[in-house]
Amino acid sequence: MQALAVSHFSIVNSLGSGAEAVLRGLRENRSGLTPCDFDAAAIDTYIGRVQGLEESPVRADLSDFDCRNNRLVQRCLEQDGFDEQVAQARNRYGAGRVGVFLGTSTSGIHTTELAYRRRDLRTGALPADFRYAETQNAFSLGEFVRRYSGLSGPAFVVSSACSSTAKVFGSAARMIAQGVCDAALVGGADSLCLTTLYGFHSLELTARGPCRPYDFERDGISVGEGAGFALIERVERAASGAALLLGVGESSDAYHMSTPHPEGLGARLSMQQALESAGLEPSDIDYINLHGTATRTNDASEDKAVVEVFGRDTPCSSTKGSTGHLLGAAGITEAIISILAIKNDFMPGSANTRQVDPALTCRYLLRGKDAGVSRVLTNSFGFGGSNCSLILGSGE
Amino acid sequence: MRVFVEGVGIVGPGLQGWTASRAILAGEEAYLPGATVVAASELLPAAERRRAPVAVRLALAAGEEAFRSAGRDAGSTATVFASSSADGDTVHHLCETLASAARDVSPTRFHNSVHNAAAGYWSIATRCMKPSTSLGCYDASFAAGLLEAVVQVRTGGVPVGLITYDQPYPEPLHSARPIATSFGAALVLAPVAGERAIAALEIEFVPSPVRATPMQDAGLEAVRLGNSAARALPLLAALAAKGGGSVAIDYLSGAHLRVAAGEC
Repeated sequence: MQALAVSHFSIVNSLGSGAEAVLRGLRENRSGLTPCDFDAAAIDTYIGRVQGLEESPVRADLSDFDCRNNRLVQRCLEQDGFDEQVAQARNRYGAGRVGVFLGTSTSGIHTTELAYRRRDLRTGALPADFRYAETQNAFSLGEFVRRYSGLSGPAFVVSSACSSTAKVFGSAARMIAQGVCDAALVGGADSLCLTTLYGFHSLELTARGPCRPYDFERDGISVGEGAGFALIERVERAASGAALLLGVGESSDAYHMSTPHPEGLGARLSMQQALESAGLEPSDIDYINLHGTATRTNDASEDKAVVEVFGRDTPCSSTKGSTGHLLGAAGITEAIISILAIKNDFMPGSANTRQVDPALTCRYLLRGKDAGVSRVLTNSFGFGGSNCSLILGSGE
Repeated sequence: MRVFVEGVGIVGPGLQGWTASRAILAGEEAYLPGATVVAASELLPAAERRRAPVAVRLALAAGEEAFRSAGRDAGSTATVFASSSADGDTVHHLCETLASAARDVSPTRFHNSVHNAAAGYWSIATRCMKPSTSLGCYDASFAAGLLEAVVQVRTGGVPVGLITYDQPYPEPLHSARPIATSFGAALVLAPVAGERAIAALEIEFVPSPVRATPMQDAGLEAVRLGNSAARALPLLAALAAKGGGSVAIDYLSGAHLRVAAGEC
């Protein structure tokens, strides 16, 4: 594919609000995970919670869209002057020439969960103040961001579980290549809800303590919430020095709804497609930001796939010990972490991981380190066997 | 952007398959409203067939017909799944369970609740490891899916199967989001006019509002308006008509898709 500029970005998760806070957290190998205290959840696990959302309603003119997920979205758009950069892009290209391709797994479902507790005792009806389209529906996220940003180009919301906000990079690149739009706002959000906490718990996939990716004693994920956005445009129209989107790879496991292929076949295909799309060799990649959810099966199958494609020399780590698993927002979050790695010549370590599982043989970084980073591959794999790998590079 | 249609699938109220529905959509036969009949999937392994919810079977039925009529191998073709709400039945049951004291969520229900559940079952059924994108855009989900599929065909130079479907929610969600009927449709799209091509499509994103092309028959117009996937009906009618036709499909507020269907 033709490389594209990732000109600006914004990020919020339990490590902090804004790129600087997140980078600082990663440098300190800090974890944002805390014992689960979300809503009525009575589960012995840790979560990655963004503080203060309860007191931060969305903009008054968009109050119909008010829900935890869109509050998180607004918090993120306000970071690092990102909304100002989007406004400038809107003026530069025209509102109808900027696409909006976002991802989420559960959108504003928490609003529906709360509404189901307030059903009319006689009729069973949901409360009159429940607004489906603006909260629960997947496109709530898309319409909220379009209105918040005043953008009117092509738009949709990808919802393919934990690969969602990685796959939107592919959609944006294709739309720009076909001239359907000139630039695109990509990213998305997932916020805490009972559906995912109890859902992963029912599958016995939630860790007791903070999650420990690639650890010998890893026992599952820590569900987290977070958001991230990026502005993508053609390199020749972007400011010099912007990070680059070099390649996108996508595949399907075709194996099982909630368990990855044991040999990592789909993951391997996804990484190989990304390399092919970027026109790069495995040795061109300096660091791999793993999907690394800390479930027994994900880390084992991903490790096999990584070693098969890259051998055992490429430094890898999962940053989910710091952020938790941001589900639909994992792709954009880890794409931005990859860009921070490139811009700061820093490879993140793995918070909470104590002893790497000897059965996993990729070159896993327990501690972060300063080292030249020009190109990063980042993996996002989801339920339904949906895989996506992105390659990001330095624009210097 | 130009692509070629190789196969069509349709499962809707009184619309049982493309072969049976063509004359109705072309206005040559009267439309008789009826129930949506979803055939059991021929592709799913027995275990998955038991677990697959109705919304998934609806999507699979539409997709299977389109690939069968195209004579193309689904196992080696990328897909786009477009739906406003995916499996509303499963979401309802989860919310009900989560509002109860026990909150004993079923693991199968949970994995079926993801928006891409249909794509997951499809890839398992067809053993397809090609990319698959699942998206939603409320009432414009079909338009968004068509745009994404066409852009994939043009950029990758590869065929893509587009499957769109929506299934009514049970109450109480039905009152908050009324979806009138079950409807699914599918198109197999290709970059070149091969032997199997039945029509050419010229598609354009237009950033201005428009009155969407309606269905002439009042009953079919009600179907179109009652389900996001049924917004495909005017395009399917153009494909059924001799000589094709041009349709406007409503997309986002202030935008639409202009689609011209003609001979290859």
